[in-house]
Amino acid sequence: MRDALGRVQSVLLVGGSSEIGLAILRRLPRADAAVVCLAGPDRPEMERVAEALRAEGVGRVEIVDFDACDLGDQTAVVDAAFTDEPDVVIVATGYLGDQATAEQDPAAAARIVDINFRGLVPVLMGSVQRLRAQGHGTLVVMSTVAGERPRVANYVYGAAKAGLDALTRGLTASLAGSGVTVVIVRPGFVRTRMTTHLKPAPFATTPDKVAEAVAAAIPRGSRIIWVPGVLRWVMLVLRHLPESLFRRLPG
Amino acid sequence: MSAERGSPVRADGEERLLTGWGRTAPTRARVESPTVPAEVAAILGRPPIRGAIARGLGRSYGDAAQNAGGTVISMRALSAPADLDPVTGRVRVGAGTSLGELIAAVLPQGWYPAVVPGTQYVTIGGAIASDVHGKNHHRDGSFCDHVHAIELAVPSGARLALTPDGPNADAFWATAGGMGLTGVTLSAELQLRPVASARMRVDTTRTRDLEESMGVLREADATAQYTVAWVDLLARGGALGRGVVTAGAHAGADEIAAVGDGVDVPPNRRIASVPGVPGRSGVLHPTAMRLFNELYFRRAPSDSHRGLEPIWGYFFPLDVIGDWNRLYGRAGMLQHQFVIPDAATARLIPMVERLVATGVPVYLAVLKRLRDGRGPIAFPLLGWTLALDIPAGAPGLAAALDRLDDEVADCGGRVYLAKDARLRPDLVATMYPRLPEWRAVRDRLDPGAVMRSDLDRRLSLVASPPRT
Repeated sequence: MRDALGRVQSVLLVGGSSEIGLAILRRLPRADAAVVCLAGPDRPEMERVAEALRAEGVGRVEIVDFDACDLGDQTAVVDAAFTDEPDVVIVATGYLGDQATAEQDPAAAARIVDINFRGLVPVLMGSVQRLRAQGHGTLVVMSTVAGERPRVANYVYGAAKAGLDALTRGLTASLAGSGVTVVIVRPGFVRTRMTTHLKPAPFATTPDKVAEAVAAAIPRGSRIIWVPGVLRWVMLVLRHLPESLFRRLPG
Repeated sequence: MSAERGSPVRADGEERLLTGWGRTAPTRARVESPTVPAEVAAILGRPPIRGAIARGLGRSYGDAAQNAGGTVISMRALSAPADLDPVTGRVRVGAGTSLGELIAAVLPQGWYPAVVPGTQYVTIGGAIASDVHGKNHHRDGSFCDHVHAIELAVPSGARLALTPDGPNADAFWATAGGMGLTGVTLSAELQLRPVASARMRVDTTRTRDLEESMGVLREADATAQYTVAWVDLLARGGALGRGVVTAGAHAGADEIAAVGDGVDVPPNRRIASVPGVPGRSGVLHPTAMRLFNELYFRRAPSDSHRGLEPIWGYFFPLDVIGDWNRLYGRAGMLQHQFVIPDAATARLIPMVERLVATGVPVYLAVLKRLRDGRGPIAFPLLGWTLALDIPAGAPGLAAALDRLDDEVADCGGRVYLAKDARLRPDLVATMYPRLPEWRAVRDRLDPGAVMRSDLDRRLSLVASPPRT
């Protein structure tokens, strides 16, 4: 149970080795004996993360294998991950892929959509079902500004995230009055392993900044946040630019 | 979010967001409003998914009367009119009856509850579950010290008659202060005290600092039935903990002759209600509260003073302002109450100084002496208790209170569960060393762990925390 000061006793991180996900996890005010469950495809990396978290004072770390590419029965993942009744569920699985490859290889394009959207649908739906039943909790979903208007540079990724974002907005509406709140996070360019090979776009940010914004948003109920915050207004304008102009924008 | 914050729940079998009086950490529960005891048994017997907990008027500050994803049983409809024996002062009353309703029924006949907390908006069931105490704890003990019998519905369907010294005494004392986790109290038989008037004779003394507040309070305890010290923890430097100590007694018939009223006085009416306040931090700010404290302090006469006060205003000063908890804004408030034993008296002032030094604003502080409690998880100890009203959004609050908890636990003290909203779970066993004894009795009354609450889940009261 979360306490009056927002301290969590149990957190589920889907995308168990995600830099942004871990930054959020570390920013959450935490009860001493808190339990963390990491769900992701990279077990060795998650083992390393678990060791670090234990050293930081996390009471217990569980690891659950979860591969968003495996489109089989994903409900077992939710069952395993929910044994400790999470106060916060962070869905931070993300895969940028390569736009040029995706344009040549339809299977590569489908893979981007699978990891960022399709493979997360059962996890999201199953998590929400359980959060609703437990009557409390917060769902944090990593979306992106790239989903707000597709760009030539990464429109497959953007389309997948747009699907995730839309699904989550629907879930948010359905959760009104349920005791469960949802924070949708739309960062701009975040400097992580996923983006090291890219030139930072304007308004580039860091996992820590994202985490700080999420931690501040959680006590305030369901909402969509942009990181940095100014992107909310930037995107408001960009969404309405004529295509001919939008296409020519740098970055 | 449309939380039903800190108020009684109404509709039947309805999903609602609930919080305690502090308006923090809302969770959703299915709220049932039984009108007869048999309906309580039916609800417990299903048994409900994720368990059930009774709720009265929602005046617990924290999450004691919430049950996320489970059932909350609103007890307000189980308020059979008080059945008073006017000769002995024994009264049988439904668990959903409020103390204010009980007082309104019995005071005109010259009787008053033996123990009342600082608000009349508490049900009998809630008063038992929290084993509430008042200004006379040093002399008269807690609410349950004046309860002859509790009628308890347990999940098996049985209705138990518990008495403090009978064959079920262990169940009685596990229920007294048991935070509603032993079953649902349906009714109780209370011992009232005879009173000759509806007024209190009150001696008021102003004190310079915390040390003097403690000294004057201790002195007053030797002679007065009701004592309490309001202390100013926003005052700076040497004035920290200056206060106003009041010592009260029920006024006799001779004393009120001049005033001209007897026991037949109507309860106080609310003079105002606080509307929803926009913003997370509400309308209270340290500077404004410092000014308020200054005025409150100055209002008390600098020389000791004796006066007659109406009984309702004396015991329930804040009740004249409806929904005063809204003043703290959306972020809500904590009332943090702890007790330390007499052996640690010398540590109280340094503890308070360290808390204040963190910058955490304590808007309201009440100091009081307690005597030992009786139940296995009773809060009171022979020593000093301090209740602190603090805005929940205050920066650094978690660390400041954690540190205070460590000191309190270290000197054998404890935090009051009825008001708690943020205690570290690992400290519960230290602060309540008889917890295993309570669990054993509780498990016997409710082997299926049907009685659950957010407080229980947060602090692992019902089940021992899992070991890794």
